Amino acid sequence: MNMIEKLPELVNGDERLVWRGRFLTVDFLIQVGDDSYLVSIQSGRITSMERGPFYMRPWRFAVRAPAESWEKLWEPVPRPGYTDILGVMKRGEARIEGDLQPLIANLRYIKEILATPRRLKGGR
Amino acid sequence: MSAEIESVVGRYMHLRLGARPCRVYFEEAGKGIPLVCLHTAGSDTRQYRHLMVDPEVTEHYRVLAFDLPWHGKSTPPPGWHEEEYRLTTEAYIEAIMAFCRALDLEKPVVMGCSMGGRIILPLAAQHGKELRAVIGLESAYQVQPWFDNTWLHHPDVHGGEIAAARVSGLIAPQSPEETRWDTLWGYMQSGPGVFKGDLYFYFQRAESEFLNYLAHIDTKVCPVYLLTGEYDYSCTPEDTRQTGARIAGAEITIMKEMGHFPMSENPVAFRRYILPVLEKIRAPQKTG
Repeated sequence: MNMIEKLPELVNGDERLVWRGRFLTVDFLIQVGDDSYLVSIQSGRITSMERGPFYMRPWRFAVRAPAESWEKLWEPVPRPGYTDILGVMKRGEARIEGDLQPLIANLRYIKEILATPRRLKGGR
Repeated sequence: MSAEIESVVGRYMHLRLGARPCRVYFEEAGKGIPLVCLHTAGSDTRQYRHLMVDPEVTEHYRVLAFDLPWHGKSTPPPGWHEEEYRLTTEAYIEAIMAFCRALDLEKPVVMGCSMGGRIILPLAAQHGKELRAVIGLESAYQVQPWFDNTWLHHPDVHGGEIAAARVSGLIAPQSPEETRWDTLWGYMQSGPGVFKGDLYFYFQRAESEFLNYLAHIDTKVCPVYLLTGEYDYSCTPEDTRQTGARIAGAEITIMKEMGHFPMSENPVAFRRYILPVLEKIRAPQKTG
């Protein structure tokens, strides 16, 4: 199973993280290599996460990167360039698309939830 | 008195910058060679608080740091509310030199980080004879843009939250939690549009202009030290190497397990890199 599939329990089990996303209700897409996941957030809590493929399903924004890039982001102590998704984007490996306002307005929260799989290997 | 009181002293001076009156806040500690420290974009002098209370530094150096107008405790000049703040190379150099002259600093060392690391390049080119040395932390003559900075001053986004979230990944994972968040707290506090206005200078594409500055730096007159953290993905070690390669005699150090804010994100690790540089600068200068 892909580490990203643990996202709902990682996020919902962290009360402070949920609190930081309390003003965010949004559907967004995470793409890990060829696999895409539609994540529904309500007031900072992940209420559903579905694995694609999807047909005619809308989302506000998408974060896409090759599987190897996500794996580097999720190393317990990430190497230079992989400390956050923006770093992966600057390297030209991740793409962020769509309506960026909800992502930017909640950037700390989004960056933190995208990095939570690090905790599966003892990172933070 | 039971509380610990630091030896850092803060005061205000009045300067005319851009033909306008400015009330400028500055701090200092120590005695000896003046060491003027320049904060990063969208932050303030508090970034140097650890350096200022380091006895191994203040024993030999008079460490000074000032908040640029619009930053920290320095208010923007009158009329600011009708304009968009944008830092320029000229305005930045004017502020640094006006500060040094106002205090009659004799051949100060100027150390800057990030945008402060970029400005020391034209500063060394234009005023090298008046300086003892320059130190550029996270310094490059040109860095590549990677973020739409329009969001930094936008009614749909909280300015303080976005400033911190934009830079938090530039801090090394090894940096302690306390100093990491202390660094980010500084970012959360800058006024609307100030970080964006600083980045106007930092990312401004002026390659031919800056290459010309690099060609005019004489490191025999004004030695140049460039130190960059391996985790800095905004000003990368490669950006610094390319800059250093164009300055004959520049000394480059890549700092392990360090990010974009060395003096502030991990002051303990930073001393290991900066103390040898400061020792070298204060050693009697060789002649011939």
